[in-house]
Amino acid sequence: MTFWPLIKVLPVKTNFRFVDFAKYAGALSIVATLASLALVLLPFKGPCGGLTCGIDFRGGTVLEFTTYPKPVDLAVVRAAVSNRGLGDVGVQAFGEGPKAGVMVRFQNPEGKDANAVKSGVRQALQQALGEVRFTNDATVGAKVSGELFTSGILALLVAIALMLVYIWFRFELQFGLGAVVALFHDVILTFGLIAVTKMEFSLTTIAAILTIIGYSMNDTVVVFDRLRENLRKYKKMPLRDVIDLSINETLSRTVITGATAIMALAGLAVFGGEALFGFSVIMMFGITLGTYSSIYVAAPVILLWGVKRGEEEVTPIKFGAASRP
Amino acid sequence: MMQLSRWKFVTVTAAIIFGLLFTLPNLIPASLRESMPGFLPKKTLNLGLDLQGGSYLLLEVDTKALRKEKATNLLEDVRKSLRDEQILFSDLVQTPTGVTVRVTDPSLVSKAFNKLSRLNQLTKSGKQELSISRQDDQRISLVFSEAALAEEGSSAVDQSIEIIRRRVDELGTREPAITRQGSNRIVLQAPGESDPEKLKSVIGQTAKLTFQMVDTSVSLQEAQAGRLPPGSEILPSSDNYAPAYVVRRRVDVSGDMLTNAQQVNDPQTGEVEVSFRFNSQGAKRFADVTSKNIGKPFAIVLDGKVISAPNIRSAITGGSGVIQGNYTVESANELAILLRAGALPAPLKVEEQRTVGAELGADAVKAGMTSTIVGFVTILVFMLLTYGFLFGGISVIALVINGLLIIAAMSATQATLTLPGVAGLILTLAVAVDANVLIYERMRDELRAGRPLVTAMDAGFSRAMETIIDANLTTLLAALIMFFFGAGPVRGFAWTLSIGVFTSVFTAVVVTQLLLALWFRYARPKTLPIA
Repeated sequence: MTFWPLIKVLPVKTNFRFVDFAKYAGALSIVATLASLALVLLPFKGPCGGLTCGIDFRGGTVLEFTTYPKPVDLAVVRAAVSNRGLGDVGVQAFGEGPKAGVMVRFQNPEGKDANAVKSGVRQALQQALGEVRFTNDATVGAKVSGELFTSGILALLVAIALMLVYIWFRFELQFGLGAVVALFHDVILTFGLIAVTKMEFSLTTIAAILTIIGYSMNDTVVVFDRLRENLRKYKKMPLRDVIDLSINETLSRTVITGATAIMALAGLAVFGGEALFGFSVIMMFGITLGTYSSIYVAAPVILLWGVKRGEEEVTPIKFGAASRP
Repeated sequence: MMQLSRWKFVTVTAAIIFGLLFTLPNLIPASLRESMPGFLPKKTLNLGLDLQGGSYLLLEVDTKALRKEKATNLLEDVRKSLRDEQILFSDLVQTPTGVTVRVTDPSLVSKAFNKLSRLNQLTKSGKQELSISRQDDQRISLVFSEAALAEEGSSAVDQSIEIIRRRVDELGTREPAITRQGSNRIVLQAPGESDPEKLKSVIGQTAKLTFQMVDTSVSLQEAQAGRLPPGSEILPSSDNYAPAYVVRRRVDVSGDMLTNAQQVNDPQTGEVEVSFRFNSQGAKRFADVTSKNIGKPFAIVLDGKVISAPNIRSAITGGSGVIQGNYTVESANELAILLRAGALPAPLKVEEQRTVGAELGADAVKAGMTSTIVGFVTILVFMLLTYGFLFGGISVIALVINGLLIIAAMSATQATLTLPGVAGLILTLAVAVDANVLIYERMRDELRAGRPLVTAMDAGFSRAMETIIDANLTTLLAALIMFFFGAGPVRGFAWTLSIGVFTSVFTAVVVTQLLLALWFRYARPKTLPIA
């Protein structure tokens, strides 16, 4: 037996009984989804709830600077920034060696000109620390941050709605519903990850989640395509067996594509630097979820709902009912 | 399907040539690029501000201030028209949308109404600017129409863009991109400009310069105590002589009549000043005003603040003058720039600002390059490992062509490549492989189902095709949504993703098919090496 090419090692035909596990997987998914929802929404405080809100959605200012090769005393930075009526101020050091820097973030005090406030802070820092090189500087006004938040959430909802319509149009309503339940599952769990890891929730996060939606759909469509084909081919086979068969038949593709994507993203996470780390971790997580949800969320939803097969009646099949002898 | 068709050859060859031509400028040094013959494309990837460093500003034109200013002007116009006709009036007040006035003598209301109707003008699109109506109690109200205000606001945005461009150009900023966003917003992108303070100080000022007479009929104290003559106002001052001045509202000469402004040094005192020169209309008006008011002070007002209020010693007919007032060379230079570029029609507010230092941008480019190469190589190795040299190799070739096409298309369309875009690129390449995987897996399925080789390959293609299209359309939908709802960096990401969808489908379908057909024709295989 040779081990190369790998495709010859992979079993040609698998016979996993995926649907048999759907009960447990479903329970796990429901628990995980509820837990994620709680993590994301609690405390009910706008705009981001339990997520670590970036300035994109909350408004405020972030300043990053370096004094390399001189080390920075964070206490001096804090002293320079405090007593300016800024309220919630965060000071944080990052990086090492020549890349070492300090990040200062604060909310713009209400009713004051954000730019004047920021200029004041920049000057105070320069006075306290001597030569300061600002590497990154961002301010988002309250108005714009509100708009960015609304349009970001809207984008997610519109994306999911469009997917429903697309699948409905290409397949059947049941398929569309299955796909959308899977999408919500993926998106909510990804938000849960973001909440747990305290990653910053920003515009980039929305882009990552939209990509996950695209990928998850991609995966679901491949399974559905085969499911539709097999439903036509094996008219008499019970629905749960057709589902199992379709998932098994597309399994090698699912594994290979998923592995490729995750490996490529792993490279991004390791070599892409701080800015891309969070992004790639979210996408790796989402892709894993997308694969799981195509098998354990989208397909079982169809099973629950039943599906039209030619002239036959729609017959939803109960989980756990023995359909195999 | 396994026949070789000529058009596929032609398309693939054309695509590769396109890919090479437009990718090439990214690989050669700038000096060589410049010396290439003119017909060759020279555009390189358009890196986003997060990759090359620079500043992004989202500005909002303060249309409220614009409305208020229009109402103030209207108020003065009403006052002047009624006075000219010697119609007595009271209660001349500014409302949120216009002006109302009460005519004292009931018999003169019609005359006043006719007179005031002449203030109504047509906007550029031919709409009435005001709606003028008679109200109870001998009042006349003049209200700006919403359409006229909207039009005014819109043209103020256009004007602001032009003025910002002039100002930023004077700063020597390289290739600033200034675009309009929505009804009253302007996006300014200045690559390489890592000092946002400098940018903001030149665009943050309206730079409205006016010359108005100082009202000497009352003292400042009297005016502040409430005896402010109608038609005059109290303006704060930035000179060393008085905290504020009582100034006539009437603008005698304004900054839009300037033709030039320059930072100069006073030859005697060495003090830094800004010299200016009027155009012919301004020069004439300035000469008129100064000859009539010799010995009286006039105020030079910038953005509602009196800079200086010198006495007129003699008529100034030369059409030029200087502005004095505690300037440094830098601040005088800045004022000169602002005056040359002209005043903004309305104040601008910075709603959002992002600046990335050039150093950080360079780091990001390095990280992006490394991770793209690592990701790319990972995919290539994995495909070779999974499908062997032949089928793996075919997908590798397809992938390389895909990468080439993406970079070429991004360079040619000058789409902005952002850091998240780099991630999009890698993911696109990973998902592009999916098409190959789908085709190969389908072929194996068909073969397993007992079909002969040619039929299996054909069926593999045509069956996989439907899935490939479905799968890619969903990605394209997601990208479209990002494009419509997303801002800056997200849009760049969406564009990268969309280009990737098209090139992936092309390479996976056309290129892969061509290569497989070539293999089939020349190797005459009996079995699939992946089955």
